[in-house]
Amino acid sequence: MTKSAADVSVRPPRKRRSTYTLAPLVLITANVVLFALFFVWPAVIGLVYSFTNYTGVGAFQFIGLDNYQNLFGDSTFYDALSRTLLYTVLVVPLNFVLSLFIANLVVSKQAKGASVARVVFFVPWLISPIVVGVLWRWLFGENFGLINYVIEKLGGSAVPWQSNADLSLGVVVMAGAWWGTAFSMLLFIAAIKNVPVSYYEAASLDGAGPWRQFRSITLPSIAPTSFIVILLNTINAMKEYPLFVSLNNGGPGTSNNLLVQYIYQTGFNRGQIGYASAASFVLMLILMAVAIIQLIVNRRVENR
Amino acid sequence: MTTTDTPRPAGADSVRARSKRQRRNERDGGLRRAVPATTLLWILAALYGLPVAWFVLSSFKPAGDLFSLPLTVLPHNPTVSGYKAAWDSANFSQYFINTALVCVITTILTVGVSCCTGYALAKYNNRWLKFFFICILATTMLPSEVMLAPEFLVVRNLGLYNSFAGIILPAVLTATGCFMFRQFFLTVPDELVEAARIDGARELSIFLRIMVPISRPIMLTLAILSFQWRWNDYIWPLLMLNDPNKFTVQIGIQSLVGAQNINWSVLLGGSVISMIPLILIFLVFQRYVMSADINAGLKD
Repeated sequence: MTKSAADVSVRPPRKRRSTYTLAPLVLITANVVLFALFFVWPAVIGLVYSFTNYTGVGAFQFIGLDNYQNLFGDSTFYDALSRTLLYTVLVVPLNFVLSLFIANLVVSKQAKGASVARVVFFVPWLISPIVVGVLWRWLFGENFGLINYVIEKLGGSAVPWQSNADLSLGVVVMAGAWWGTAFSMLLFIAAIKNVPVSYYEAASLDGAGPWRQFRSITLPSIAPTSFIVILLNTINAMKEYPLFVSLNNGGPGTSNNLLVQYIYQTGFNRGQIGYASAASFVLMLILMAVAIIQLIVNRRVENR
Repeated sequence: MTTTDTPRPAGADSVRARSKRQRRNERDGGLRRAVPATTLLWILAALYGLPVAWFVLSSFKPAGDLFSLPLTVLPHNPTVSGYKAAWDSANFSQYFINTALVCVITTILTVGVSCCTGYALAKYNNRWLKFFFICILATTMLPSEVMLAPEFLVVRNLGLYNSFAGIILPAVLTATGCFMFRQFFLTVPDELVEAARIDGARELSIFLRIMVPISRPIMLTLAILSFQWRWNDYIWPLLMLNDPNKFTVQIGIQSLVGAQNINWSVLLGGSVISMIPLILIFLVFQRYVMSADINAGLKD
């Protein structure tokens, strides 16, 4: 008796809550259908096709691990992969440093006109990657760009921004960091504003300078946000495509073809759907590995 | 993915502390530190603004003046001929209408569907709901760029190739949207739902009559984000659309860039036109974007 009475008085809210099944089911129906159609289905057939020689039409045969074996023997794939990794390794830290620095400046009480400046920093993010590519191409044109014009005016000689593969990648890195700053900055601003002001007051009473305060208070306090910024930017950088297409079209030649462009070309220009699916899965494994490594590192840092 | 900052319940306390600090700074050499910080900020702002400023100013130059040396900052004879050429001859008006249509429909669907899902995930407690939440978070790991080929086949098999539905439907489900609404509804007290239930309201009408109206700020934020994503989409519309009359703005611009001889005058005009809608939306709804607590689970 007493037990059931206790049950009645304590359990009801939760028990009643879990008995509602129809309403949540109705509410998530649309997304479940979309999830099944555009996520589960492609993932499954992608995995299946990656073991076949499917070309998009007609019959196909299972060829085991041949696609994956060919992939690892394909120097074009290696070039695309290493170029993608290089781009990621360059653009993510640059973006991180710039956006963190700017976020600190915008938040700091010393800098005047921060709210106007914030809008200026925000504008690049509103421009589509394709147009960002056009914009930087216009700025860094070899014969007509503003940058080379200024360099020549200052007595230098024209820099081959377009015809040198590494310089060309450098321009894309700058463009990518420029474009991505706003969003990372937004996350950093929110995080920095959440650091209790009393920490800084205590630190400045103890005689800590701004740099010391930044290193010992701000950086550790915003570690979770830093983690998310790095993770998101890494994933975005690994799948970058439109920026390259409009800035240098993966050029000069094919020297700056990235993974997504490689997948696109093998899958749709050459019709090797099976082979492209295999490349997709390699990219997916890399993305997952990146996420897991960062999760582990983040746990370690937080537990310390 | 869900970590990051829970806002401090600080409020008045910290405001007072902050203003005190500011006053103290002003007293003992605040100016000495304000000058370098302000200078640095504005140098950086100038660097960030320069590419856009140069681009927009160039777009007002007549085609003949674009490459004439010496380059001038301000156009001598400002003209909108590039814009006109892009709008009329390069079929930009059609691309513009197409893109706007796709963006608006997708955004409405995304907001609606995300709101429903987010509410279900936050306010009901079922095991399969938790599982579905993990499924949604998993979609951030497998963006459509990665599954181009199989996703293309799926959409083709559904008979949606070369139709707007083929670019709208796959884009409706976003982890960010569901996540934003879930986080918001978690902050709504359960008592509100309980009280409505006691008053005899039915589950779905609680959602429609009470929850949907109070989530309006989140709706607006997500709508702005969604509109931006879809406006900037490139690779998926490029794959899906075959008919030049259905092309979106981004494809139109890229086809100008990909031409043998780039017509810079038209390209600059078209590009600037394509930037206008988002910048307008941003300026109008600035505070919803700037103050948005869009912490986690974010897709581009």
